[in-house]
Amino acid sequence: MQAQSEIGYNSKIEGDVVITTVDAALNWFRKNSVWPMPMGLACCAIELMAVGASRFDISRFGSEVMRFSPRQADCMIVAGTVTYKMALSVKRIWDQMPEPRWCIAMGACASTGGMYRSYAVLQGVDRIIPVDIYVSGCPPRPEALLDALMKLQNKISKTPVVENLTIMNLKKAAA
Amino acid sequence: MATVQDIHYKDSAAQTAQAAESIPEFQDERMVLNMGPSHPATHGVLRIVLELDGEIITKADPDVGYLHRGDEKIAENMTYTQFIPYTDRLDYLAPLANNVAYALAVEKLLGIHDKLPPRCQYIRVMCAELARISAHLLGLGAFAMDLGAVTVFLLIFTEREKIYNLAEALCGARFTTSYTRVGGVMRDIPPTWLDQCQKFCDEFIPALNEIETLLTRNRIWVDRVRDLAVISKQDAIDYGLSGPNLRGSGVDWDLRKKQPYLCYKDLEFDVPVGSVGDCYDRYLVRMEEMRQSVRIVQQCIKKMPGGAENKSKEPFNYDDGKILLPPKEKVMTKMEELIHQFMLVTEGMNCPPGEVYFGHENPKGELGFYINSKGGGVPYRMKIRAPSFVNLSIVPKLFQGNMISDTVAILGSIDFVMGECDR
Amino acid sequence: MVLLKNLDLETKTRICELANIVTSQDAANKLKAKFGDLISELPIFRGELTVRLTDAEKITEVCLYAKNDLDFNYLVDITGIDNYGDDPRWTLVYHLRGLGHGCEVRIKTDVSEEKSKLPSVVSVWATANWHEREVYDMMGIHFRDHPDLRRILMWDGYPYFPLRKDFPLAGKDSELPGVAFTQVTPMAGGPFVTVAGGNSAMAREPRIRIPETDSIETMGRLERRKEIQEAHGHPKGPGPIERK
Repeated sequence: MQAQSEIGYNSKIEGDVVITTVDAALNWFRKNSVWPMPMGLACCAIELMAVGASRFDISRFGSEVMRFSPRQADCMIVAGTVTYKMALSVKRIWDQMPEPRWCIAMGACASTGGMYRSYAVLQGVDRIIPVDIYVSGCPPRPEALLDALMKLQNKISKTPVVENLTIMNLKKAAA
Repeated sequence: MATVQDIHYKDSAAQTAQAAESIPEFQDERMVLNMGPSHPATHGVLRIVLELDGEIITKADPDVGYLHRGDEKIAENMTYTQFIPYTDRLDYLAPLANNVAYALAVEKLLGIHDKLPPRCQYIRVMCAELARISAHLLGLGAFAMDLGAVTVFLLIFTEREKIYNLAEALCGARFTTSYTRVGGVMRDIPPTWLDQCQKFCDEFIPALNEIETLLTRNRIWVDRVRDLAVISKQDAIDYGLSGPNLRGSGVDWDLRKKQPYLCYKDLEFDVPVGSVGDCYDRYLVRMEEMRQSVRIVQQCIKKMPGGAENKSKEPFNYDDGKILLPPKEKVMTKMEELIHQFMLVTEGMNCPPGEVYFGHENPKGELGFYINSKGGGVPYRMKIRAPSFVNLSIVPKLFQGNMISDTVAILGSIDFVMGECDR
Repeated sequence: MVLLKNLDLETKTRICELANIVTSQDAANKLKAKFGDLISELPIFRGELTVRLTDAEKITEVCLYAKNDLDFNYLVDITGIDNYGDDPRWTLVYHLRGLGHGCEVRIKTDVSEEKSKLPSVVSVWATANWHEREVYDMMGIHFRDHPDLRRILMWDGYPYFPLRKDFPLAGKDSELPGVAFTQVTPMAGGPFVTVAGGNSAMAREPRIRIPETDSIETMGRLERRKEIQEAHGHPKGPGPIERK
């Protein structure tokens, strides 16, 4: 069952009441307040900071609160080269994030290791954590990161939340 | 290692704690705290293991290498031109300055670093100084944000965006520019670029004044950074510091003045030198350096050989097909240039065997390239002497005796970049 | 020669002028005069003077002389070069600079592979500490009398030396350390520790832990979980939402 991503609302008819599905409502809440956890490792972190600054405002997408604590964040933006030495810290922090959580691999280094094909660089952060959106560029323009955020919002809005809960609870009851 | 007993505290709470030390029931073990690689205020991936006695740090051990990408080994496998994008990402706050530093180092190996055409020199100086402004701005912004002055961070980003616009007009990339080539630059400056730079300079000084009104005489700022982490002259020299860290401690050493390169001899500028060596001094040195850089940029705009549009067709690259790619019209029509193009792209320029070291005054300090070549287009050994790596080595000494909240101020004032430190 | 290390920069500059260190050639001549056959000059290349030290064991002496008497008070860089296939295999390059007189000198010294050891110059310049750690990390050359010779860029326990010529760029398989950091972060008996494992996030969550009562605490939690199970009839109780 595809989650309904539209919230049908006609103020003239319905007044102050919105009728929608639980999925659409939950996803609307989640996608419009994705709090990023900036795993700013290298040069992409500077473009990430530029996205947070006033020219390419990320707060108009609801993401202005850059939470450095994984417990309070929704989306981990891996910005920069992940080396083997750092990889375990990244994994540990990913583990500490509560669900629902997403990951954006920003830049070439985070997606595939980038131009650093050497002994110390993890060839892509998706080797250790599940990535939702890959952004190409070295570094990606801030507009590209915002585009990635919008794609993530799209992805979130299509996630069937209630169905998962229902199936999961049924499985638990059966087991 | 300084013991807690040797330190005299000014505030009463700490004095009480110190007095309590002598009472056996209150003697505790030191606590070890990990200021981990993922931390909002460590300016990148730096890990410091702190040994604490309450709030006072008794021992600090920085752990670097979380961004070690193997640049030096990569350099042994690439031609000199292919390595230019990697130099962008060393001090990633000022990529243009790194490009200039690297190009000059390879040109020194070839023996042409003092024979570059004047237009090329002026363009490179402008790039380096704009990069200096850009890097100091972000260093300052991050420093201020960590201490709580978040407005400053947003203000400096406005100015940095203007510099990004300039870089984008110059070479197409706002950030990791890869603009210089060995023997020259990628392309001539666009016709309106000098006007844009002039406009930037005119707007920048009032903006900088505005930022100064927020910080320089701010009671909270001064209280937090003055008399903190004083580095004596002798220590600064002994620990190999460079750049504003060295000058903040009173040592008048600036490579642009002492070992001049490019056209710095023809330009008028002052080098700010601190007197005390504390964090406040380093902050002031950086602020003044930005003003001096604007002064240099304005002089370059006036003195640019050929002017903005280069109507007199001044050369902006060293004229040697064996070093720099020849213009395409000649490559497509003449045999010699075709061969040069082929050799340069496949094998790289033929450098003589030998070794050079070239130190460049980067915003963070002295960025040096030691190139050991056995001939051919690929270096045998390239060592990148990173200023941030050396500047960080004094951190254990500075942290001792200070409180945890001072760590952020000290790290901000040292102003390092992990991309450069770890390479 | 006057001991210059106790004087300030201005006085030293004046003395150096008197001592006539005006160019690097003067410095090289003085080194040769003091150390004789140990020092040999290499041809000047691109305006830089390089001096070869034949016995690596004397490096600390030479550097001490250069710092105290020739006022080379600034160590710019220490580099290690791997002459793979040649003997001696290691060449160490020290870049010295005097901020007073502005001269620079490069000292090169060779170490053979079987030995791979030479004295440290940390006692001369404090900055050599990290430079030598990096040379050790990347090449595997040991420095005697170094206060803290351990890896700096790669993690502790990394078995290879990456910048050696026989080490491939792509690297070799090695075990990543089992914990996120090079040493197990000492808990110091402190609270707020995530317990690894556990079926649900609730079990992993940190709670205030008292080490002596830790096992009692865990047992207490397990029993409580069993109670919830029995009360609700679900094997896991109303646990947190888990993604499929």
